[in-house]
Amino acid sequence: MALQSLDIKARSATTTESPSVRKTTQVAKLIDISKCIGCKACEAACMEWNDLRDVVGVNNGEFDSPRGLSDQSWTVMRFYEEEPNGNFEWLIRKDGCLHCADPGCLAACPAPGAIVQYSNGIVDFHEENCIGCGYCIAGCPFDIPRISKKDSKVYKCTLCSDRVAVGLEPACIKACPTGALVFGSKEDMIDHASGRVADLKERGFENAGLYDPAGVGGTHVVYVLQHADRPRLYGLPVDPIISPLVSLWKGVTKPIAMLLLGVTALGSFFHYIRVGPNETDEDEEENEAAS
Amino acid sequence: MRKAIERYSANERVNHWFTAIAFVILALSGLALFHPSMFWLTNLLGGGTWTRILHPFIGVAMFLSFIVMVRSFWAHNKLTRNDARWLARWRDVMNNREEGLPEVGRYNGGQKLLFWVMLLTMLLLLVSGIVIWQPYFAPVFPITLVRLAVLTHAVSAFVLILGIIVHIYASLWIKGSIRAMTRGYVSSAWAKKHHAAWYRDVGGS
Repeated sequence: MALQSLDIKARSATTTESPSVRKTTQVAKLIDISKCIGCKACEAACMEWNDLRDVVGVNNGEFDSPRGLSDQSWTVMRFYEEEPNGNFEWLIRKDGCLHCADPGCLAACPAPGAIVQYSNGIVDFHEENCIGCGYCIAGCPFDIPRISKKDSKVYKCTLCSDRVAVGLEPACIKACPTGALVFGSKEDMIDHASGRVADLKERGFENAGLYDPAGVGGTHVVYVLQHADRPRLYGLPVDPIISPLVSLWKGVTKPIAMLLLGVTALGSFFHYIRVGPNETDEDEEENEAAS
Repeated sequence: MRKAIERYSANERVNHWFTAIAFVILALSGLALFHPSMFWLTNLLGGGTWTRILHPFIGVAMFLSFIVMVRSFWAHNKLTRNDARWLARWRDVMNNREEGLPEVGRYNGGQKLLFWVMLLTMLLLLVSGIVIWQPYFAPVFPITLVRLAVLTHAVSAFVLILGIIVHIYASLWIKGSIRAMTRGYVSSAWAKKHHAAWYRDVGGS
Protein backbone atom coordinates (compact mmCIF):
# COMPACT_ATOMS: atom_id res chain seq x y z
CA MET A 1 0.00 0.00 0.00
CA ALA A 2 1.11 3.56 -0.57
CA LEU A 3 2.48 5.29 2.47
CA GLN A 4 2.78 9.06 2.68
CA SER A 5 5.46 8.85 5.35
CA LEU A 6 7.86 6.87 3.15
CA ASP A 7 9.70 8.47 0.27
CA ILE A 8 9.77 6.46 -2.94
CA LYS A 9 13.25 6.15 -4.45
CA ALA A 10 12.46 3.96 -7.45
CA ARG A 11 9.19 3.08 -9.16
CA SER A 12 8.54 0.29 -11.67
CA ALA A 13 8.00 1.20 -15.35
CA THR A 14 8.91 4.81 -14.73
CA THR A 15 11.65 6.45 -16.78
CA THR A 16 11.92 9.75 -14.97
CA GLU A 17 13.45 10.56 -11.61
CA SER A 18 11.49 9.87 -8.42
CA PRO A 19 11.49 12.46 -5.63
CA SER A 20 14.98 12.21 -4.19
CA VAL A 21 15.71 15.36 -2.23
CA ARG A 22 15.27 14.02 1.29
CA LYS A 23 17.82 11.65 2.73
CA THR A 24 16.49 8.92 4.97
CA THR A 25 18.20 6.20 6.94
CA GLN A 26 18.78 2.91 5.16
CA VAL A 27 17.19 0.14 7.21
CA ALA A 28 18.00 -3.56 7.36
CA LYS A 29 16.82 -6.74 8.98
CA LEU A 30 19.58 -9.00 10.27
CA ILE A 31 18.85 -12.72 10.42
CA ASP A 32 21.41 -14.47 12.59
CA ILE A 33 21.05 -18.11 11.60
CA SER A 34 23.34 -19.24 14.43
CA LYS A 35 20.79 -17.99 16.95
CA CYS A 36 17.64 -19.31 15.27
CA ILE A 37 15.87 -22.16 17.05
CA GLY A 38 13.17 -22.65 14.37
CA CYS A 39 10.25 -21.79 16.62
CA LYS A 40 8.33 -20.10 13.77
CA ALA A 41 7.17 -17.23 15.98
CA CYS A 42 8.21 -14.93 13.10
CA GLU A 43 5.90 -16.85 10.73
CA ALA A 44 3.01 -16.51 13.15
CA ALA A 45 3.69 -12.82 13.78
CA CYS A 46 3.87 -12.17 10.03
CA MET A 47 0.51 -13.85 9.47
CA GLU A 48 -1.07 -12.02 12.38
CA TRP A 49 0.16 -8.53 11.53
CA ASN A 50 -0.53 -8.87 7.80
CA ASP A 51 -3.91 -10.63 8.21
CA LEU A 52 -2.82 -13.73 6.32
CA ARG A 53 -3.82 -17.36 6.84
CA ASP A 54 -2.44 -20.02 4.53
CA VAL A 55 -4.37 -23.22 3.89
CA VAL A 56 -3.49 -26.02 6.30
CA GLY A 57 -1.02 -28.25 4.44
CA VAL A 58 0.06 -31.87 4.73
CA ASN A 59 2.85 -33.20 6.94
CA ASN A 60 5.52 -34.51 4.63
CA GLY A 61 8.02 -35.58 7.29
CA GLU A 62 9.88 -32.27 7.33
CA PHE A 63 9.73 -29.34 9.71
CA ASP A 64 9.13 -26.87 6.89
CA SER A 65 5.60 -25.67 7.46
CA PRO A 66 4.17 -24.32 5.28
CA ARG A 67 6.36 -26.00 2.69
CA GLY A 68 7.15 -22.81 0.81
CA LEU A 69 6.34 -19.19 0.26
CA SER A 70 2.90 -18.30 -1.04
CA ASP A 71 0.60 -15.32 -1.41
CA GLN A 72 -0.43 -16.07 2.18
CA SER A 73 3.00 -17.02 3.57
CA TRP A 74 5.49 -14.21 3.13
CA THR A 75 8.11 -15.82 5.34
CA VAL A 76 8.94 -19.49 5.86
CA MET A 77 11.50 -21.26 8.01
CA ARG A 78 13.52 -23.63 5.86
CA PHE A 79 15.20 -26.48 7.72
CA TYR A 80 18.41 -27.87 6.25
CA GLU A 81 20.04 -30.96 7.76
CA GLU A 82 23.72 -30.75 6.85
CA GLU A 83 27.12 -32.09 7.88
CA PRO A 84 29.40 -29.32 6.68
CA ASN A 85 32.37 -30.32 8.87
CA GLY A 86 31.55 -33.97 9.49
CA ASN A 87 29.23 -33.08 12.35
CA PHE A 88 25.50 -32.83 11.97
CA GLU A 89 24.16 -29.29 11.91
CA TRP A 90 20.61 -28.10 11.71
CA LEU A 91 20.66 -24.95 9.62
CA ILE A 92 17.39 -23.08 9.87
CA ARG A 93 16.92 -20.14 7.55
CA LYS A 94 14.04 -17.71 7.63
CA ASP A 95 13.24 -17.30 3.91
CA GLY A 96 11.52 -14.28 2.43
CA CYS A 97 12.22 -11.18 0.36
CA LEU A 98 15.77 -9.84 0.76
CA HIS A 99 14.84 -6.31 -0.37
CA CYS A 100 17.67 -5.91 -2.88
CA ALA A 101 19.22 -2.51 -3.41
CA ASP A 102 19.06 -3.36 -7.13
CA PRO A 103 15.71 -5.20 -7.30
CA GLY A 104 15.18 -7.50 -10.30
CA CYS A 105 11.41 -7.56 -9.71
CA LEU A 106 11.20 -3.79 -10.05
CA ALA A 107 13.35 -3.79 -13.19
CA ALA A 108 11.13 -6.42 -14.84
CA CYS A 109 7.73 -4.95 -13.86
CA PRO A 110 5.82 -3.29 -16.78
CA ALA A 111 3.13 -1.64 -14.62
CA PRO A 112 3.97 1.88 -13.42
CA GLY A 113 4.12 2.01 -9.62
CA ALA A 114 3.23 -1.63 -9.02
CA ILE A 115 6.64 -2.13 -7.41
CA VAL A 116 8.37 0.65 -5.49
CA GLN A 117 11.57 1.00 -3.56
CA TYR A 118 11.44 3.37 -0.61
CA SER A 119 14.39 5.59 0.17
CA ASN A 120 14.94 3.50 3.32
CA GLY A 121 15.63 0.46 1.11
CA ILE A 122 12.35 -1.46 1.46
CA VAL A 123 11.02 -2.92 -1.81
CA ASP A 124 7.23 -3.00 -1.73
CA PHE A 125 4.52 -4.32 -4.04
CA HIS A 126 1.52 -2.03 -4.55
CA GLU A 127 -0.96 -4.72 -5.56
CA GLU A 128 -3.60 -2.25 -6.72
CA ASN A 129 -1.31 -1.36 -9.66
CA CYS A 130 -0.27 -4.98 -10.35
CA ILE A 131 -1.56 -6.40 -13.64
CA GLY A 132 -0.66 -10.03 -12.87
CA CYS A 133 1.86 -10.63 -15.68
CA GLY A 134 4.38 -12.41 -13.45
CA TYR A 135 7.40 -10.59 -14.90
CA CYS A 136 8.66 -9.87 -11.36
CA ILE A 137 8.94 -13.61 -10.81
CA ALA A 138 11.27 -13.82 -13.82
CA GLY A 139 13.21 -10.81 -12.55
CA CYS A 140 13.80 -12.05 -8.98
CA PRO A 141 17.11 -13.89 -8.37
CA PHE A 142 15.78 -15.37 -5.09
CA ASP A 143 12.45 -16.92 -6.21
CA ILE A 144 10.38 -14.79 -3.84
CA PRO A 145 7.24 -13.23 -5.46
CA ARG A 146 4.14 -15.45 -5.47
CA ILE A 147 1.18 -14.90 -7.75
CA SER A 148 -2.18 -15.42 -6.04
CA LYS A 149 -4.54 -17.97 -7.54
CA LYS A 150 -7.37 -15.92 -6.12
CA ASP A 151 -6.71 -12.47 -7.62
CA SER A 152 -3.67 -12.93 -9.93
CA LYS A 153 -1.68 -10.31 -8.02
CA VAL A 154 1.78 -10.91 -6.60
CA TYR A 155 2.59 -10.84 -2.92
CA LYS A 156 5.72 -10.97 -0.79
CA CYS A 157 7.27 -9.66 2.43
CA THR A 158 6.82 -5.87 2.80
CA LEU A 159 9.40 -5.69 5.60
CA CYS A 160 6.33 -4.37 7.43
CA SER A 161 6.68 -1.05 5.60
CA ASP A 162 3.51 0.12 7.34
CA ARG A 163 5.09 -0.50 10.76
CA VAL A 164 8.51 0.87 9.80
CA ALA A 165 6.83 4.03 8.46
CA VAL A 166 5.59 4.84 11.96
CA GLY A 167 8.81 3.92 13.75
CA LEU A 168 7.99 0.33 14.69
CA GLU A 169 10.11 -2.71 13.93
CA PRO A 170 8.72 -5.43 11.63
CA ALA A 171 6.34 -7.93 13.25
CA CYS A 172 8.76 -10.86 12.90
CA ILE A 173 11.47 -8.95 14.79
CA LYS A 174 9.03 -8.18 17.59
CA ALA A 175 8.19 -11.86 17.97
CA CYS A 176 11.67 -13.44 17.84
CA PRO A 177 12.48 -14.88 21.29
CA THR A 178 16.23 -15.48 20.81
CA GLY A 179 17.44 -12.24 19.24
CA ALA A 180 18.17 -14.03 15.97
CA LEU A 181 16.20 -11.26 14.25
CA VAL A 182 17.41 -7.70 14.70
CA PHE A 183 16.21 -4.56 12.92
CA GLY A 184 17.79 -1.13 12.59
CA SER A 185 19.85 0.99 10.26
CA LYS A 186 21.82 -1.00 7.71
CA GLU A 187 25.02 0.47 9.14
CA ASP A 188 24.17 -0.69 12.65
CA MET A 189 23.18 -4.14 11.38
CA ILE A 190 26.51 -4.59 9.59
CA ASP A 191 28.24 -3.48 12.78
CA HIS A 192 26.18 -5.88 14.89
CA ALA A 193 26.88 -8.67 12.41
CA SER A 194 30.63 -8.17 12.57
CA GLY A 195 30.47 -8.73 16.34
CA ARG A 196 28.45 -11.90 15.79
CA VAL A 197 30.84 -13.13 13.10
CA ALA A 198 33.84 -12.55 15.36
CA ASP A 199 32.09 -14.48 18.15
CA LEU A 200 31.29 -17.40 15.82
CA LYS A 201 34.87 -17.52 14.56
CA GLU A 202 36.06 -17.78 18.16
CA ARG A 203 33.71 -20.70 18.63
CA GLY A 204 35.22 -22.62 15.74
CA PHE A 205 33.09 -21.46 12.81
CA GLU A 206 36.08 -20.11 10.95
CA ASN A 207 34.10 -19.36 7.77
CA ALA A 208 31.36 -17.43 9.53
CA GLY A 209 30.37 -14.28 7.71
CA LEU A 210 27.71 -11.86 6.51
CA TYR A 211 25.50 -12.59 3.48
CA ASP A 212 24.89 -9.21 1.83
CA PRO A 213 25.30 -10.10 -1.85
CA ALA A 214 27.00 -7.37 -3.89
CA GLY A 215 25.63 -8.72 -7.19
CA VAL A 216 22.24 -7.17 -6.40
CA GLY A 217 23.76 -4.05 -4.84
CA GLY A 218 23.55 -5.50 -1.32
CA THR A 219 20.29 -6.35 0.41
CA HIS A 220 18.17 -4.90 3.18
CA VAL A 221 17.73 -8.33 4.72
CA VAL A 222 21.12 -9.74 5.58
CA TYR A 223 22.11 -13.09 7.09
CA VAL A 224 24.83 -14.09 9.53
CA LEU A 225 25.89 -17.53 8.27
CA GLN A 226 28.07 -19.99 10.18
CA HIS A 227 29.37 -21.18 6.81
CA ALA A 228 29.39 -18.04 4.69
CA ASP A 229 31.72 -19.72 2.20
CA ARG A 230 28.91 -22.16 1.36
CA PRO A 231 25.57 -20.27 1.12
CA ARG A 232 24.12 -23.20 -0.82
CA LEU A 233 23.92 -25.15 2.46
CA TYR A 234 21.16 -22.69 3.37
CA GLY A 235 19.50 -22.73 -0.05
CA LEU A 236 20.98 -19.33 -0.93
CA PRO A 237 22.58 -18.55 -4.30
CA VAL A 238 26.36 -18.06 -4.13
CA ASP A 239 26.57 -14.87 -6.18
CA PRO A 240 23.03 -13.77 -7.06
CA ILE A 241 22.58 -11.35 -9.93
CA ILE A 242 19.62 -10.34 -12.06
CA SER A 243 19.64 -12.91 -14.89
CA PRO A 244 21.49 -11.64 -17.99
CA LEU A 245 18.38 -12.61 -20.00
CA VAL A 246 16.29 -10.22 -17.90
CA SER A 247 18.94 -7.48 -18.01
CA LEU A 248 19.14 -7.77 -21.78
CA TRP A 249 15.34 -7.72 -22.13
CA LYS A 250 14.81 -4.78 -19.79
CA GLY A 251 18.10 -3.05 -20.52
CA VAL A 252 19.39 -2.24 -24.01
CA THR A 253 16.59 -4.01 -25.90
CA LYS A 254 13.87 -1.56 -24.80
CA PRO A 255 15.34 1.77 -25.97
CA ILE A 256 17.03 0.31 -29.08
CA ALA A 257 13.84 -1.43 -30.25
CA MET A 258 11.72 1.69 -29.72
CA LEU A 259 14.29 3.80 -31.57
CA LEU A 260 14.48 1.43 -34.55
CA LEU A 261 10.67 1.21 -34.83
CA GLY A 262 10.47 5.00 -34.84
CA VAL A 263 13.28 5.32 -37.38
CA THR A 264 11.62 2.77 -39.70
CA ALA A 265 8.25 4.53 -39.59
CA LEU A 266 9.83 7.94 -40.10
CA GLY A 267 12.19 6.59 -42.78
CA SER A 268 9.20 5.17 -44.69
CA PHE A 269 7.47 8.54 -44.62
CA PHE A 270 10.60 10.33 -45.87
CA HIS A 271 11.00 7.73 -48.61
CA TYR A 272 7.56 8.74 -49.84
CA ILE A 273 8.54 12.40 -49.68
CA ARG A 274 11.83 11.89 -51.55
CA VAL A 275 11.02 9.13 -54.05
CA GLY A 276 7.27 9.45 -54.28
CA PRO A 277 4.60 6.88 -54.99
CA ASN A 278 4.98 4.13 -57.54
CA GLU A 279 2.01 4.72 -59.81
CA THR A 280 0.65 2.58 -62.61
CA ASP A 281 -0.12 4.40 -65.82
CA GLU A 282 -3.61 3.06 -66.57
CA ASP A 283 -4.00 5.18 -69.73
CA GLU A 284 -1.11 3.40 -71.40
CA GLU A 285 -2.97 0.16 -70.94
CA GLU A 286 -6.16 1.64 -72.34
CA ASN A 287 -4.32 3.02 -75.34
CA GLU A 288 -2.79 -0.37 -76.02
CA ALA A 289 -6.21 -2.01 -75.75
CA ALA A 290 -7.70 0.55 -78.14
CA SER A 291 -5.01 0.22 -80.77
CA MET B 1 -13.05 -0.06 -69.77
CA ARG B 2 -10.05 -1.03 -67.66
CA LYS B 3 -9.61 -4.71 -67.24
CA ALA B 4 -9.76 -5.97 -63.65
CA ILE B 5 -8.00 -9.11 -62.49
CA GLU B 6 -8.92 -10.91 -59.29
CA ARG B 7 -5.97 -11.10 -56.87
CA TYR B 8 -7.64 -12.07 -53.58
CA SER B 9 -10.92 -13.92 -53.04
CA ALA B 10 -13.46 -12.70 -50.47
CA ASN B 11 -12.31 -15.42 -48.04
CA GLU B 12 -8.67 -14.45 -48.44
CA ARG B 13 -9.49 -10.79 -47.83
CA VAL B 14 -11.46 -11.52 -44.68
CA ASN B 15 -8.67 -13.81 -43.49
CA HIS B 16 -6.08 -11.09 -44.13
CA TRP B 17 -8.02 -8.35 -42.36
CA PHE B 18 -8.90 -10.54 -39.39
CA THR B 19 -5.19 -11.22 -38.95
CA ALA B 20 -4.38 -7.54 -39.48
CA ILE B 21 -6.88 -6.28 -36.89
CA ALA B 22 -5.61 -8.84 -34.37
CA PHE B 23 -2.06 -7.79 -35.15
CA VAL B 24 -2.76 -4.09 -34.55
CA ILE B 25 -4.38 -4.82 -31.17
CA LEU B 26 -1.51 -7.14 -30.23
CA ALA B 27 1.23 -4.77 -31.34
CA LEU B 28 -0.26 -1.84 -29.43
CA SER B 29 -1.02 -3.83 -26.29
CA GLY B 30 2.35 -5.58 -26.49
CA LEU B 31 4.26 -2.32 -26.85
CA ALA B 32 2.26 -1.05 -23.87
CA LEU B 33 3.85 -3.71 -21.69
CA PHE B 34 7.23 -3.50 -23.44
CA HIS B 35 8.17 0.10 -22.77
CA PRO B 36 6.92 2.41 -20.00
CA SER B 37 6.45 5.25 -22.52
CA MET B 38 3.78 3.10 -24.25
CA PHE B 39 1.94 1.96 -21.12
CA TRP B 40 -0.92 4.38 -21.83
CA LEU B 41 -1.87 2.08 -24.73
CA THR B 42 -3.19 -0.41 -22.15
CA ASN B 43 -6.24 1.88 -22.07
CA LEU B 44 -7.23 0.50 -25.48
CA LEU B 45 -8.07 -2.84 -23.89
CA GLY B 46 -9.47 -1.41 -20.68
CA GLY B 47 -6.37 -1.08 -18.50
CA GLY B 48 -3.22 -2.98 -17.60
CA THR B 49 -4.90 -6.03 -16.12
CA TRP B 50 -7.33 -6.41 -19.04
CA THR B 51 -4.37 -6.07 -21.40
CA ARG B 52 -2.59 -8.90 -19.59
CA ILE B 53 -5.75 -11.04 -19.70
CA LEU B 54 -6.76 -10.41 -23.34
CA HIS B 55 -3.42 -10.15 -25.16
CA PRO B 56 -2.63 -13.91 -25.14
CA PHE B 57 -6.11 -14.94 -26.34
CA ILE B 58 -6.00 -12.44 -29.20
CA GLY B 59 -2.51 -13.76 -29.92
CA VAL B 60 -3.76 -17.30 -30.37
CA ALA B 61 -6.57 -16.02 -32.62
CA MET B 62 -4.04 -14.15 -34.76
CA PHE B 63 -1.79 -17.18 -35.03
CA LEU B 64 -4.62 -19.47 -36.15
CA SER B 65 -5.83 -16.93 -38.68
CA PHE B 66 -2.28 -16.40 -39.91
CA ILE B 67 -1.77 -20.14 -40.39
CA VAL B 68 -4.83 -20.24 -42.70
CA MET B 69 -3.15 -17.47 -44.74
CA VAL B 70 0.12 -19.39 -44.80
CA ARG B 71 -1.73 -22.37 -46.27
CA SER B 72 -3.31 -20.20 -48.97
CA PHE B 73 -0.12 -18.43 -49.99
CA TRP B 74 2.54 -21.08 -49.27
CA ALA B 75 2.95 -22.27 -52.83
CA HIS B 76 3.52 -18.73 -54.16
CA ASN B 77 6.22 -17.84 -51.65
CA LYS B 78 9.04 -20.27 -52.44
CA LEU B 79 12.22 -18.24 -52.87
CA THR B 80 13.99 -18.73 -56.20
CA ARG B 81 17.21 -17.55 -57.87
CA ASN B 82 15.10 -15.02 -59.71
CA ASP B 83 14.03 -13.53 -56.36
CA ALA B 84 17.68 -13.24 -55.30
CA ARG B 85 18.42 -11.33 -58.51
CA TRP B 86 15.42 -9.08 -57.88
CA LEU B 87 16.46 -8.46 -54.27
CA ALA B 88 20.03 -7.68 -55.32
CA ARG B 89 18.64 -4.70 -57.22
CA TRP B 90 16.85 -3.28 -54.16
CA ARG B 91 18.27 0.20 -54.84
CA ASP B 92 16.47 0.34 -58.20
CA VAL B 93 13.31 -1.03 -56.62
CA MET B 94 13.41 1.60 -53.86
CA ASN B 95 13.84 4.40 -56.40
CA ASN B 96 11.01 3.35 -58.71
CA ARG B 97 13.51 2.42 -61.46
CA GLU B 98 11.82 -0.68 -62.81
CA GLU B 99 13.36 -1.02 -66.25
CA GLY B 100 15.13 -4.36 -66.63
CA LEU B 101 14.16 -5.74 -63.22
CA PRO B 102 13.80 -9.54 -63.22
CA GLU B 103 10.21 -10.59 -63.98
CA VAL B 104 8.14 -11.10 -60.84
CA GLY B 105 5.55 -13.84 -60.26
CA ARG B 106 2.61 -13.56 -57.89
CA TYR B 107 4.96 -12.17 -55.20
CA ASN B 108 8.29 -10.38 -55.42
CA GLY B 109 11.39 -11.24 -53.40
CA GLY B 110 10.60 -8.67 -50.73
CA GLN B 111 7.09 -9.98 -50.22
CA LYS B 112 8.40 -13.54 -50.01
CA LEU B 113 11.03 -12.58 -47.46
CA LEU B 114 8.34 -10.91 -45.38
CA PHE B 115 6.24 -14.09 -45.62
CA TRP B 116 9.05 -16.18 -44.11
CA VAL B 117 9.98 -13.58 -41.49
CA MET B 118 6.32 -13.45 -40.42
CA LEU B 119 6.04 -17.23 -40.24
CA LEU B 120 9.20 -17.54 -38.15
CA THR B 121 8.34 -14.72 -35.75
CA MET B 122 4.73 -15.89 -35.38
CA LEU B 123 5.94 -19.36 -34.40
CA LEU B 124 8.43 -17.92 -31.90
CA LEU B 125 5.75 -15.60 -30.50
CA LEU B 126 3.29 -18.45 -30.06
CA VAL B 127 5.75 -20.75 -28.29
CA SER B 128 7.31 -18.04 -26.08
CA GLY B 129 3.88 -16.55 -25.42
CA ILE B 130 2.58 -19.82 -24.04
CA VAL B 131 5.63 -20.15 -21.77
CA ILE B 132 4.97 -16.72 -20.18
CA TRP B 133 1.14 -16.96 -20.16
CA GLN B 134 -0.09 -16.14 -16.65
CA PRO B 135 -1.79 -17.63 -14.79
CA TYR B 136 -2.36 -20.76 -16.90
CA PHE B 137 0.98 -21.96 -18.24
CA ALA B 138 3.89 -19.87 -16.89
CA PRO B 139 3.94 -21.53 -13.43
CA VAL B 140 4.73 -24.97 -14.88
CA PHE B 141 7.86 -23.88 -16.76
CA PRO B 142 11.35 -23.61 -15.23
CA ILE B 143 12.34 -20.01 -14.47
CA THR B 144 15.27 -19.94 -16.93
CA LEU B 145 12.94 -20.97 -19.75
CA VAL B 146 10.48 -18.24 -18.73
CA ARG B 147 13.31 -15.67 -18.80
CA LEU B 148 14.41 -16.88 -22.22
CA ALA B 149 10.79 -16.73 -23.40
CA VAL B 150 10.18 -13.11 -22.32
CA LEU B 151 13.29 -12.05 -24.23
CA THR B 152 12.36 -14.14 -27.29
CA HIS B 153 8.82 -12.75 -27.23
CA ALA B 154 10.08 -9.15 -27.15
CA VAL B 155 12.68 -9.64 -29.89
CA SER B 156 10.33 -11.59 -32.21
CA ALA B 157 7.58 -9.03 -31.74
CA PHE B 158 10.04 -6.25 -32.54
CA VAL B 159 11.08 -7.97 -35.80
CA LEU B 160 7.45 -8.65 -36.74
CA ILE B 161 6.34 -5.07 -36.08
CA LEU B 162 9.29 -3.80 -38.11
CA GLY B 163 8.27 -6.12 -40.96
CA ILE B 164 4.66 -4.96 -40.81
CA ILE B 165 5.65 -1.28 -40.87
CA VAL B 166 7.51 -2.02 -44.12
CA HIS B 167 4.50 -4.06 -45.37
CA ILE B 168 2.05 -1.23 -44.68
CA TYR B 169 4.35 1.38 -46.19
CA ALA B 170 4.87 -0.71 -49.33
CA SER B 171 1.10 -0.90 -49.84
CA LEU B 172 0.85 2.89 -49.58
CA TRP B 173 3.87 3.44 -51.81
CA ILE B 174 2.87 1.05 -54.61
CA LYS B 175 -0.39 2.60 -55.76
CA GLY B 176 -3.11 0.14 -56.66
CA SER B 177 -2.04 -2.44 -54.06
CA ILE B 178 -4.53 -1.66 -51.34
CA ARG B 179 -7.48 -2.23 -53.68
CA ALA B 180 -6.23 -5.80 -54.15
CA MET B 181 -6.84 -6.50 -50.47
CA THR B 182 -9.96 -4.34 -50.00
CA ARG B 183 -11.90 -5.01 -53.23
CA GLY B 184 -10.00 -8.09 -54.39
CA TYR B 185 -8.94 -6.96 -57.85
CA VAL B 186 -6.11 -5.10 -59.53
CA SER B 187 -5.95 -3.47 -62.95
CA SER B 188 -4.26 -5.42 -65.70
CA ALA B 189 -1.79 -2.55 -66.07
CA TRP B 190 -0.85 -2.92 -62.41
CA ALA B 191 -0.48 -6.68 -62.74
CA LYS B 192 1.67 -6.34 -65.84
CA LYS B 193 3.86 -3.67 -64.23
CA HIS B 194 4.50 -5.36 -60.88
CA HIS B 195 3.86 -9.07 -61.41
CA ALA B 196 4.39 -9.75 -65.10
CA ALA B 197 4.87 -13.51 -64.80
CA TRP B 198 1.73 -13.84 -62.67
CA TYR B 199 -0.15 -11.64 -65.16
CA ARG B 200 0.73 -14.11 -67.91
CA ASP B 201 -0.26 -17.08 -65.75
CA VAL B 202 -3.72 -15.64 -65.12
CA GLY B 203 -4.30 -15.12 -68.82
CA GLY B 204 -3.04 -11.64 -69.57
CA SER B 205 -0.77 -11.00 -72.50
